[in-house]
Amino acid sequence: MSCLTIEQASIGYNGTIVVNKVDLALGEGEIGCLLGPSGCGKTTLLRAIAGFEPLKNGRISIDGNSVSTPTHTTPPEHRQIGMVFQDFALFPHLSIFDNIAFGIRHFEGNDKKRRVTELLELIGLPGHGSRYPHELSGGQQQRIALARALAPRPKLLLMDEPFSSMDADLREALAAEVRDILKRENITAILVTHDQHEAFAMADSIAVISEGIILQFDTSYNLYHEPACEFVADFIGQGVFVDGVVNDAMQVETELTTLEGELPEGCKPGSKVRVLVRPDDILHDDCSPRKALITEKVFRGANYLYTLQLGSGTELLSLVHSHHDHAIGEKLGIALEIDHLVIFPADSASLADGK
Amino acid sequence: MPTLSIPSNLYWFPRSLINLWNLGIIGIAFLMALPVLVIASFVFLPASENWQHLVDNLLAEYVSNSLLLMVGVSVGVLSIGVITAWLTSMCEFPGRRWLTWALLLPLAIPAYIIAYTYTGLLDFEGPVQGAMRAWFDWSYGDYWFPEVRSLGGAMVMLSLVLYPYVYMLTRAAFLEQSICVLEVSRTLGNTPFRSFTRVALPLARPAIVTGLSLALMETLADYGTVQYFGVSTFTTGIFRTWFGLGDSATAAQLSATLLGFVFLLVIMERWSRKRARFHHTSNRYSEIRRYQLHGKRAWLAFIACLSPVLFGFIIPAGQLLYWAINTATETINWSFALLAWNSVMLAGISAVVAVLLALLLAYGKRLQGNLLSNTGVRIASMGYAVPGTVIAVGVLLPFAWLDNSIDAWMREQFNISTGLLLSGTLFALVFAYTVRFLSVSIQAIESGLGKIKFSMDDAGRSLGLSPTGVLARIHLPLMKGTVVTALLLVFVDVLKELPATLILRPFNFNTLAVRAYEMASDERLADAGAPALMIVAAGIIPVIMLSRIISRSRAGGVQE
Repeated sequence: MSCLTIEQASIGYNGTIVVNKVDLALGEGEIGCLLGPSGCGKTTLLRAIAGFEPLKNGRISIDGNSVSTPTHTTPPEHRQIGMVFQDFALFPHLSIFDNIAFGIRHFEGNDKKRRVTELLELIGLPGHGSRYPHELSGGQQQRIALARALAPRPKLLLMDEPFSSMDADLREALAAEVRDILKRENITAILVTHDQHEAFAMADSIAVISEGIILQFDTSYNLYHEPACEFVADFIGQGVFVDGVVNDAMQVETELTTLEGELPEGCKPGSKVRVLVRPDDILHDDCSPRKALITEKVFRGANYLYTLQLGSGTELLSLVHSHHDHAIGEKLGIALEIDHLVIFPADSASLADGK
Repeated sequence: MPTLSIPSNLYWFPRSLINLWNLGIIGIAFLMALPVLVIASFVFLPASENWQHLVDNLLAEYVSNSLLLMVGVSVGVLSIGVITAWLTSMCEFPGRRWLTWALLLPLAIPAYIIAYTYTGLLDFEGPVQGAMRAWFDWSYGDYWFPEVRSLGGAMVMLSLVLYPYVYMLTRAAFLEQSICVLEVSRTLGNTPFRSFTRVALPLARPAIVTGLSLALMETLADYGTVQYFGVSTFTTGIFRTWFGLGDSATAAQLSATLLGFVFLLVIMERWSRKRARFHHTSNRYSEIRRYQLHGKRAWLAFIACLSPVLFGFIIPAGQLLYWAINTATETINWSFALLAWNSVMLAGISAVVAVLLALLLAYGKRLQGNLLSNTGVRIASMGYAVPGTVIAVGVLLPFAWLDNSIDAWMREQFNISTGLLLSGTLFALVFAYTVRFLSVSIQAIESGLGKIKFSMDDAGRSLGLSPTGVLARIHLPLMKGTVVTALLLVFVDVLKELPATLILRPFNFNTLAVRAYEMASDERLADAGAPALMIVAAGIIPVIMLSRIISRSRAGGVQE
């Protein structure tokens, strides 16, 4: 049975719809993620799950209990959820111990102490109970906030951009650490972020949201290699679209080569399509007769990301081992290796078609 | 406090309660605006004979004296305030650390009290002239000595105690300026001095103007100093028509004219505060590296910063202490204790009322965050700009009318005379103080409440607290310090207040400020020492709090 179920949920105020008929389900122990650009409605959806926003339409259930409908909103304090806030929101007037114990005020003295000690060990900060929030580093505060949210053993843990105030290198390490803790405790969790790397590092499945609609809810592998629509393809990872035409053999002819694969529904010979080409689909091959002009290059450590231009003016990206250092203006030999053919109809500019 | 969008987490307040908040805010705002509305309504009254007399003979003097006073005080507070602010924030010299907070000390002394001390010191019988006569063997008429009790004297007195407004805000502005812009100016070939005049000063201009407008509001509100020095201004004119002629309508019309001047200052202040927001050029701040001054320059800087403290606090406070000790045997007795109790009680009640109202307003605004509540809170905190004299007249007129109506009705119905229920009691006094000083408590409470992020509320809810639980277990513990600060600030302001107390106090009811005023008016300056010293001692408390805030503040920490 799924732990969190969202059916046809819509949220909005003053006539604007922020979240539009969203469906989502999360099984026990699963970590989900709401990923999208800022202003897409992902935080609003999270706050609705927490009970801070009422629903206009639809239903939210936690552990089989309906908690949000247009007519009824169970207040946050009765939902048995834990929440980690973007700014951590640790109570500055309370010690670390009291912060973590805040949600288990009703526990017996000894039980309370045991639970807090257990959590401090879980997050790797044993013996920090008597300190105050301002004495800790950002990463430590983050983990305290997590411990505080986990203390009452919530049915569902919500995290609002939990790593956004961290340094980039700390961010991924901490995300992996938090994932580890959640998995060990078998906690169902959902986080909100705009950073796909954070989402990849944390989540089992990711919902890509744009303009209040979930475009795709899938694993990170599938989002990258089998995006459901052009927006997802564009938002996740890098890549360019190359124009193509379907030929009589139901193959796609592009400027680069003729490709074979699954075509979108309704394609007929002569249909115009767009093919997603990722930087790792374009291989560097000095012997290749196909050459492209280097117009830009960015050093990425292990690789160079080259921006290439074909004779027709079409641009491509290519990820090349950094031993192959070529200058801008040189011609680079390229070969194609497309494992997953991602093709969209050329007129599918609108996002909703991707569903 | 930054303007808040409607906090979406608060929908759980039942509709009816939200309306209660609205009603509360509107009600308080209306009550607080009542005195000003009453005064303003007198603009539309036909001119009486007295008013015509006033316009023909006296108004020109009131206006010119008030304007001259404002010009003189402007020059005084700007030169003292800006120079000391620059020296203490940008230069390093011996004594800078303690002078930084000591420069705030003159705030503790009400203008009328500093006026008494310098009159005592510099008058013909005072120690200074006495020493000169003894030294040079002069007698009366042999020499010239500047007259303290004059318009010029009033300018100096007011400047000495009001410059801290400019000093405080300008210093905060200098500290908030990113040092980067000054360094950019240096790299573009400007000397430190040119960087000051061409970059730092223009950037600080809004803050300077804000400080100046606050100082000028106090100047217009002053009654004790100008009355004692025999300078006719609006406030003394209002007193004269009110008590001398017994003509309340003309007094109200004069008050309305004074309100016009105040209104201009309020506009000036609002405008400059708005501009100040656009003068934050950079979000990155680095510690200011002060210019190290040596030798003669260090001495000059030291003297420039010491003089305002010396003349604005040390000398007058010393004089008060001397008087208080000398007269202790006669003045410190039961009637003095009663006096102190009256003052403390009155200030205490007013402080509690003002802080409770401020909590209600600030909380309503936080929960609602809509145009109505924002406007309501803004109207309720307008009183700081309105002179105490004007508020007192504006309180007394409607209260007296209400008293008379109630009395007449009760007599007609039940043949009972209720007398003066409102206007002759402490109620009127507490009401007037609340109108005048509510903004002080609102500012303190709002800044305290603003520091509690909305995510704190949400975190409390997600950990199982009800809305009232959030208030009790999160907001109250976090607000404790703020509430105490707000209480103290209002308490001390009420203690210092003179003109409103003079007009509204019940018969035979005295406070420390009134006693000091009466003693000085009776030419018994030494006897004014003890009550005045107590007011000053209490006034030091908020100065200490301010100086702590300032020393703790780095970028963006002070003001508002």
